[in-house]
Amino acid sequence: MNIPTMSEMSGAKALMTSLEKEGVDIVFGLPGGANLPIYDALVDANFRHVLVRHEQSAAHMADGYARIKRKAGVCLATSGPGATNLITGIATAYADSSPLIAITGQVPLNMIGKDAFQETDIIGVANPCTKYAFQPRVATEIPEVVKKSFYIAESGRPGPVLIDIPKDVQQDVTEIQFPDLIKVRGYKPVVDPDLSNVGKAVELLVSAQRPIIMAGGGVILSGAFSELQAIAELIMAPVVTTFKGKGAFPENHPLAMGPIGMHGHAEANRIILEADCILAVGARFSDRSVGRFDEFGKGMNIIHLDIDPAEIGKNKSVDIAIVGDVKSALRTMVKMLSKKAIKNSSDNPWLKRRKELIDYFSENMKDYPREMTARKALKKLRELLPAESIVTTEVGQCQMWTSLHFDVISPGTFFSSTGLGTMGFGFPASIGAKAARPNVPVVDVAGDGSFNMTENSLAVSVLENLPVIVFLLNNDMLGMVAQWQRTFYDRRYMGVHQKSCPDYVKIAEAYGANGMSVQSMDELEKAIKGALKTEVATVIDIKIDPEEDVYPFVAPGTGLKDMITGA
Amino acid sequence: MSSGEFKIKPLYIISSLVENKPGVLFRITNLFRARNFNIESITVGTTEKPDLSRMTITTRIDEAILDQLVKQLRKLIDIVEVEVLDINNTVYRELALIKIRAKDFTNRNEIINFANVFRANILDIGKESVTVEVIGTPDKIDAFKNLIIQYDIVEMARTGVSALSRGE
Ligand SMILES: Cc1cc2nc3c(=O)[nH]c(=O)nc-3n(C[C@H](O)[C@H](O)[C@H](O)COP(=O)(O)OP(=O)(O)OC[C@H]3O[C@@H](n4cnc5c(N)ncnc54)[C@H](O)[C@@H]3O)c2cc1C
Ligand SMILES: Cc1ncc(C[n+]2csc(CCOP(=O)(O)OP(=O)(O)O)c2C)c(N)n1
Ligand SMILES: [Mg+2]
Repeated sequence: MNIPTMSEMSGAKALMTSLEKEGVDIVFGLPGGANLPIYDALVDANFRHVLVRHEQSAAHMADGYARIKRKAGVCLATSGPGATNLITGIATAYADSSPLIAITGQVPLNMIGKDAFQETDIIGVANPCTKYAFQPRVATEIPEVVKKSFYIAESGRPGPVLIDIPKDVQQDVTEIQFPDLIKVRGYKPVVDPDLSNVGKAVELLVSAQRPIIMAGGGVILSGAFSELQAIAELIMAPVVTTFKGKGAFPENHPLAMGPIGMHGHAEANRIILEADCILAVGARFSDRSVGRFDEFGKGMNIIHLDIDPAEIGKNKSVDIAIVGDVKSALRTMVKMLSKKAIKNSSDNPWLKRRKELIDYFSENMKDYPREMTARKALKKLRELLPAESIVTTEVGQCQMWTSLHFDVISPGTFFSSTGLGTMGFGFPASIGAKAARPNVPVVDVAGDGSFNMTENSLAVSVLENLPVIVFLLNNDMLGMVAQWQRTFYDRRYMGVHQKSCPDYVKIAEAYGANGMSVQSMDELEKAIKGALKTEVATVIDIKIDPEEDVYPFVAPGTGLKDMITGA
Repeated sequence: MSSGEFKIKPLYIISSLVENKPGVLFRITNLFRARNFNIESITVGTTEKPDLSRMTITTRIDEAILDQLVKQLRKLIDIVEVEVLDINNTVYRELALIKIRAKDFTNRNEIINFANVFRANILDIGKESVTVEVIGTPDKIDAFKNLIIQYDIVEMARTGVSALSRGE
């Protein structure tokens, strides 16, 4: 029997206690009128508060923290503009199924609906990009709301939850109970899969001649790295990933093929066309990964494993659907498979084909002819960076080059804003990741345009002692857009030139961080080594050619077979 | 609105129990808008349990879309239960109020006769119009509407379908 504890305290204090009970050790935020009581209670809270310079970055930091810790990150903002500034970060987390708790102040209850100063209907605004949103109306509701929020954010298919607390509810002092158990009756995530479906999947896999595994973000969310590796090795299947699933499988493993899709690895895009059975795990068949829904997987058996029943059949109808958690389902599958005689060995024709494709494309995919290119820079970074380091990216060519030329070795050490593609995500998110795992180097592979959007987080990195490396692939361009204008709009450039403004070395220095500009591979090597030794954030400003394109490229609306390799 | 005369796609009735609290209807309708689901009618009302409302949705869509719609609804935390009712094992009714132009005695008599055949009730008779209450399946209401459309419909209000599966 759980006897609830009781004592008299304010709503804000109850919020702190509730967060402590959830094991929160850090929150990212910025105060204002409507959350002053929360900030007052923070003074006595036993977890860390990190002051940001823009609320968007608070949400990205909490998101980056969550992606590494695999538990919810927390961000705070005031009402009105503070809350709306969070929205881009909340939408980013929603698109990538990342658990996030956003706590906003709201005008007092009796002012709601009066168009009060700094009143925004943030529940209404956030509805399409949150898993749920709460607005406690009395202080006594707060503990239950917090507990439900963490439960909803972290379980099933994870996602952001908003808690909007009116100022008077924060201030009210009353007897407050902390429940040990909560029930959300309309929410029943499935964890353990239906065994008969798993059995059917196993039969299909065993009988396949050319099986392939397509691993998505769900593998990373579930932390099912060893299970994935076990099953791949059991059935000797090559493993491709989605871009979101990059790093779900060690990319130096003999079965690894890297990401598929619009800017997937050429050999991965090719081999998936030749498979006879696809095991898709925790992937949602996004247009960016599979190209045309009608073409993809034609004539193959598709097995789809996902925790979200609504993903089954959404974009792609499949032969066998397994609803459940990747970890639990793969474990069952491994158990069933271990009892079967599996004919695939490491020298079967399918794996020979894998090798053939890899060799062919490594021969034929040429680098851009310059001394310094994104590809060379990223290969150098891989060479010098310890395997356990965490790498994230901004958005654009910088991101796709990372996908193509930077191999993730230690599973779960890579993430990026993939679903929303939010420029400015990587840098604050890397600071959040550093807070989650302070003992490993953290790198944000950045583009100049993206870094410019949230570079003011340098203040946070420096002052809060959360040093990260900004690996700035500086083409002085909104390069990805420029590439599309070159390819589809006859080189008619509009709105893509950055005109060498600002000077990123000076920006870094202005914040008390290190800035280094590099022009050659030698300088780059020195800069990376130096950055790994320093205790302060470092911006490595790497000048690359503005015309370097990302290849391969599967143009929108076409299929993977129409891949352009640029060779 | 309902177009009973062109029965291209079958009618589906989705029945759900939802939390009876503020903001629930907003979340549900916002889902329809955001995901581009086409809905014919929605009714919401209280149930025998004070904290639950029953929401009944009718739609004419492809089966694949129906499946997505139901799954997306099921994901909403405020929806406690949702199922597609089997039309053959369901009682369902809609109520329509129709104000029909009736300028003379003959018109009025004809309308009243039609109403009797459909077991509809005459709620009001004015100098220029007759107001009729029809209760039945959407098809029946459509049939009545198609019959009296020759007299000119001044106004019409339909409630949308309420439904329950048949008893054991
Ligand atoms: C510039 C740019 C270019 C891009 N190019 C590509 C590209 O070339 N190739 C590519 O693939 N992507 C690309 N993307 C990313 C793309 O937009 C999608 O974000 C990505 O493909 C989605 O990956 P995913 O299918 O793994 O799904 P995610 O968004 O990671 O979804 C995870 C899936 O797993 C399920 N899941 C979650 N947790 C669990 C669990 N515990 N157990 C089981 N299932 C679970 C979820 O329900 C969901 O269906 C690009 C993005 C940008 C910004
Ligand atoms: C917030 C936001 N605005 C606009 C875009 C559209 N967009 C996608 S990539 C890109 C260019 C990014 O430039 P940069 O960060 O310099 O990266 P590069 O492509 O040059 O490597 C833009 C503008 C976006 N993804 N996010
Ligand atoms: Mg750029």
